[in-house]
Amino acid sequence: MLSLIGKKVGMTQVFDETGVLTPVTVVKVEENVVIANKSIEKDGYEAVVLGSIERKEKHTTKPVAGQFKEGVTPKRKIVEVRDFGKECAVGDTFGVELIEGVEFVDVIGTSKGKGYQGVMKRHNFGGGRKTHGSKFHRANGSTGMAATPSRVIKGTKMAGRMGGERKTVQNLQVVKIDTERQVLLIKGAVPGTKDSFVIVRKAKKL
Amino acid sequence: MDIIKSIESDQIKENVENFKIGDTIKVFYKIIEGKTERVQVYEGLALALNNAGINRTVTVRKISHGVGVERIFPINSPKIEKIEVTRRGKVRRAKLYYIRERVGKAAKVKELIKKKADQK
Repeated sequence: MLSLIGKKVGMTQVFDETGVLTPVTVVKVEENVVIANKSIEKDGYEAVVLGSIERKEKHTTKPVAGQFKEGVTPKRKIVEVRDFGKECAVGDTFGVELIEGVEFVDVIGTSKGKGYQGVMKRHNFGGGRKTHGSKFHRANGSTGMAATPSRVIKGTKMAGRMGGERKTVQNLQVVKIDTERQVLLIKGAVPGTKDSFVIVRKAKKL
Repeated sequence: MDIIKSIESDQIKENVENFKIGDTIKVFYKIIEGKTERVQVYEGLALALNNAGINRTVTVRKISHGVGVERIFPINSPKIEKIEVTRRGKVRRAKLYYIRERVGKAAKVKELIKKKADQK
């Protein structure tokens, strides 16, 4: 699947020629470099390792530097992409031109951390009445049965840390590919904060 | 933010905001009917300017068959062909919402008459 490493810049709106205002997320793509190729003979699967955004030499430890072969400078973000769908050699570089002609993409990012949240926000529980003598407002309610099984089933939805995890949003429309600014305009929202890394991938289920 | 600003500035039209609040303006608005395209003119009092950047809008009020009608136009929209000023108004506020409660002559905005020396 064709993929690119990008950085979320923020959101804005664009007019199309019929005057419809579309909300878009701006994703900046800095030069993506092929760091390594994985092959069936050697690794058991086919993949391409992409890297993006320069890493300072003084921040590069020797084990990290070892991944970058001849002619490739160390990068901050490294992503392995299975079945890239395009022949490429180590050292090849890509920009937004790579997904020219692609209409829909999936965007993978780390969602914003929400901290410790209750079940209503975290799992969309309904909650109880606020008034009329109700003593049940935002609590989680029952978590299981009685003497059998006399324990709580694993994976029961409860309060806890929310956000800050890898999320994929599928089938987002590509509104514009701006080769001049190396920027993608993707319709709708994308997980993560501003300046966070995102992976833009050609839509898997389309 | 600079990238976002440059994307927005591509779409922001120049010299569309050639009017001031209190002016009577004509908005030339493109309408697509099936395959044909025609221009509709909406004339009224520029009541308020809202928002900033790409989503800047103007509220235009007119009295149609005795009923007050207000329409909000996004001034950077490609559907807006042009905006013409027919009469300059003399007002002391940025939002003329008080006009809504006035009827008849009280709802009128005085015309702005500039001195000849100021016009230069």
